[in-house]
Amino acid sequence: MTPYLVTIGLETHVQLKTATKMFCGCSLTFGEEPNTTVCPVCMGYPGALPVLNREAVRLTVISGLMLGCEISRHSIFDRKNYFYPDMSKDYQITQNTYPLCLGGGVTIETPEGPKRIRIHHIHMEEDAAKINHYARFSGVDFNRCGTPLIEIVSEPDLASPDEAMAYLHALKQILVYAGVSDCNLEEGNMRSDVNISVRPAGQEQLGTKVEIKNMNTFKGIHAALEYEIARQLAVVRGGGMLVQETRRWDPELGETQSMRSKENALDYRYFPEPDLVPVELSEAQIESWRTQLPEAPAVRRTRMMAEYGIPEYDAGVLADVKENADFFEAAARACKPGLGKTVSNWFMTEVMRLLSESGMGVDVCALTPAALAELVTLVDEGVINGPTAKELLPEVFAKGGSPRTIVDERGLAQVSDVAVLEAFIAQVFAENVKTVADFHAGKKAAAGFLVGQVMKLSKGKADPKQVGRLVAERLAEGQ
Amino acid sequence: MVGKELTLCAAAEGLRQKAFSSVELTQSVLDAIRERDGALNAYLSVDETGALQQAAAADAARAAGCDGDLLGIPLALKDAINVAGQPCSCASKMLVDMIAPYDATVSARLREAGAVFAGRTNMDEFAMGASTEGSAFKITRNPHDHARVSGGSSGGSAAAVAGGMAIAALGTDTGGSIRQPAAFCGCVGLKPSYGRVSRYGIAACASSMDQAGPMTRTVEDAALLLQVLAGVDPHDGTTLDAPVPDYRAALRGGVAGMRIGLPREYDTDDTDPEVTACVRRTVDACAVAGAEIVELSLPHTKYAVAAYTILAAAEASANLARFDGVRYGRRAAKPESVFDLYAQSRAEGFGPEVKRRIILGTYVLGSGRYDVYYGRAQRVRTLIRRDFDEAFKRCDVLFTPVVPTVAYKIGKACDDPLKMYQSEMFTVPASLAGICGLSMPCGRTASGLPVGLQILGPALGECAVLRAGQAVEEEVGA
Repeated sequence: MTPYLVTIGLETHVQLKTATKMFCGCSLTFGEEPNTTVCPVCMGYPGALPVLNREAVRLTVISGLMLGCEISRHSIFDRKNYFYPDMSKDYQITQNTYPLCLGGGVTIETPEGPKRIRIHHIHMEEDAAKINHYARFSGVDFNRCGTPLIEIVSEPDLASPDEAMAYLHALKQILVYAGVSDCNLEEGNMRSDVNISVRPAGQEQLGTKVEIKNMNTFKGIHAALEYEIARQLAVVRGGGMLVQETRRWDPELGETQSMRSKENALDYRYFPEPDLVPVELSEAQIESWRTQLPEAPAVRRTRMMAEYGIPEYDAGVLADVKENADFFEAAARACKPGLGKTVSNWFMTEVMRLLSESGMGVDVCALTPAALAELVTLVDEGVINGPTAKELLPEVFAKGGSPRTIVDERGLAQVSDVAVLEAFIAQVFAENVKTVADFHAGKKAAAGFLVGQVMKLSKGKADPKQVGRLVAERLAEGQ
Repeated sequence: MVGKELTLCAAAEGLRQKAFSSVELTQSVLDAIRERDGALNAYLSVDETGALQQAAAADAARAAGCDGDLLGIPLALKDAINVAGQPCSCASKMLVDMIAPYDATVSARLREAGAVFAGRTNMDEFAMGASTEGSAFKITRNPHDHARVSGGSSGGSAAAVAGGMAIAALGTDTGGSIRQPAAFCGCVGLKPSYGRVSRYGIAACASSMDQAGPMTRTVEDAALLLQVLAGVDPHDGTTLDAPVPDYRAALRGGVAGMRIGLPREYDTDDTDPEVTACVRRTVDACAVAGAEIVELSLPHTKYAVAAYTILAAAEASANLARFDGVRYGRRAAKPESVFDLYAQSRAEGFGPEVKRRIILGTYVLGSGRYDVYYGRAQRVRTLIRRDFDEAFKRCDVLFTPVVPTVAYKIGKACDDPLKMYQSEMFTVPASLAGICGLSMPCGRTASGLPVGLQILGPALGECAVLRAGQAVEEEVGA
């Protein structure tokens, strides 16, 4: 069979994290009663006019800068005309000819190594209302109408559904990092349309393009792409012709269905939005925003490996969520140098387990970076042992407080006084004559049991290392 | 009692001197409406109770020490301007039961100044038309000859002021809709520079040209009203953030030393000779009074009507899309689908001129046509703007007729839309350029019909225009 190449481009809509809508003062909250966060502007009442939310412009520019785009000093809004109940004015305010950001790209990891996915442009536009279908009628909820979005349009640089996933994950991570969007998929913060075509290997010209809409999850996009690739390959391999069309993903049936062909494509009759003046940005303004940019996740990974001596895997996991990386770095910096890997171990096992159990983010739990640093330091100094620290952590995680204070108040400091430990050991040896004999008979594992008994007798406070050494010495003496 | 013919300034002075109360003044206007509007049809609705309550509140405020030029003055507003709680039908069946849910910025400013909202005036449906024959409800008649049109689209406001049924009114002007009815009815109408007055809360016709402005008995009244209306508005990003000068102070100075430009393209063979004569007599009087007369050319004038027609229709087609029967306004009774709901509601709700412009606007924006029509019209617009820029290097204001004719007989222009569009040839260039224009009486024909003079000034040149207008009114005695 002829090998075929797959070409995919994505148009990704991302909701900007502003307090109010794009063109009016209505607040942006998810899950309110229908049609409660609305006003004459977002309801399209006669005479209402849009006024551009400057914060949305700033967040778009931040997105552009994070993605390496060129920021347009001059951009304009256009009206995209179409009749549908989800658009209160029956036109959408968007940017058609002069978008705010041009070019740029994202680097993704592929089995063949890093690959650059170019971005064509990023433009701003308002979101539509939400239509709810009931048994005998449909309802329109305008709460979402006028939500600020950016549409990130990639070049057709993606060659597989996996690459598309990698691209979306990278995009999401960067945008969340930049504080531009929550990219919360459940709330529809990040939605993509895809363009896909196939062509025989060796052919320059791209195959017939098909656009797919209505995928709400990354999984859905992956499934739709796999389905569509198989469908297109079946058509061309069977000697058929593909038609340029828009298809809709049906998640229930797991298939794409034709919505409209090129001949029936909508004529949006774009023209410049006369109600909004052009967005003019000075070089100084753009530069001042550039200084506010957070470190990109990939850059941070590399830096954290060098700065804290942690392995690539740790750095990757930590850098994945900005709040986690911020927390880790604050804790590691509060410890003496050289403890980076220890802090990372504590964070990636114990803290992340507590986070996932509680469903909390590290930015809202009661544990502070200083408290984690204190805990790690207490163990490092030998004041408490590991098991004690592990017992203490959930309490500090839930209620806060200083581990050192708690250790002092409750007398949790471990016992390392040789005289005291010797007394415990003597008692254990006296009570476990048979086990001692077993050891001498060659059952070396018996030593562990004896150490355990000493720990138990000390109510866990004995320094396990010290106990291990002393027990070993005494056993050796007895030989 | 207190003169239905009072000027706004005289009414303000009377209230200040306690010669009459706002309740008395308002009542006299309401009486005049009852007495005369049966014949003229200037108003679509009159809020007697509300107006008298507002008047009483204004009297109480005055008694408590408040003052202001508009405190207690009853005004008429064109039915495209939202006043919270009042009807706002835009003279369309589409919005027949619409109650405005909010105040337009101009309404809020008038309310803040203590003005009384007496009633809503008739207009061509959605401000599309030039005779008020396009109202879905009634035809407003010319107070000087009831068989003639009042002009439009702000014909109701013009007839209310000229007919002694309003002390002053607000109109809106997209291609001449304040200036032309003011000329036909013999009152003063000012179209401010684009961006001088907020459009927020005024049903849009063509967004890049719409402006609200005063329609009054005198130039001074227009200055006084503009003072309250003008200024930047956070709800309208196209308003200009320029200081608002003292317009009444600007009235002084006369025409002596002013350079008055006469564009030769506005002197056409099609113009009624009596109109030409009135304008010429005014220009001559200004020259005698010491003005310098400068003859000049605005070479792209002849393309203005075509460019305007395309741009206004394109913008209107999008602006009127929202009237779809989904959220408010007329809704078809038994639609078979959502698209049928649109089709039926719009077919039932819109009149012929509105439909004509929506179809035209939709056509010119269509794929493959945009550049030929909209793109080219925008380029013409740039050229027209440059024409005016050049002209205002050589003169302070331009004097032209407002309309080539006087008010015509009702029914005469209805069937020929192209002729109607062409009749706006003297007003649309200023709309395209975004400059300001004053329309004021400059004489009458032998049969007693008013003739209008248009005084055009550069963007934000309202002071010059008002000063020239005041001089024409006083010195020339038009």
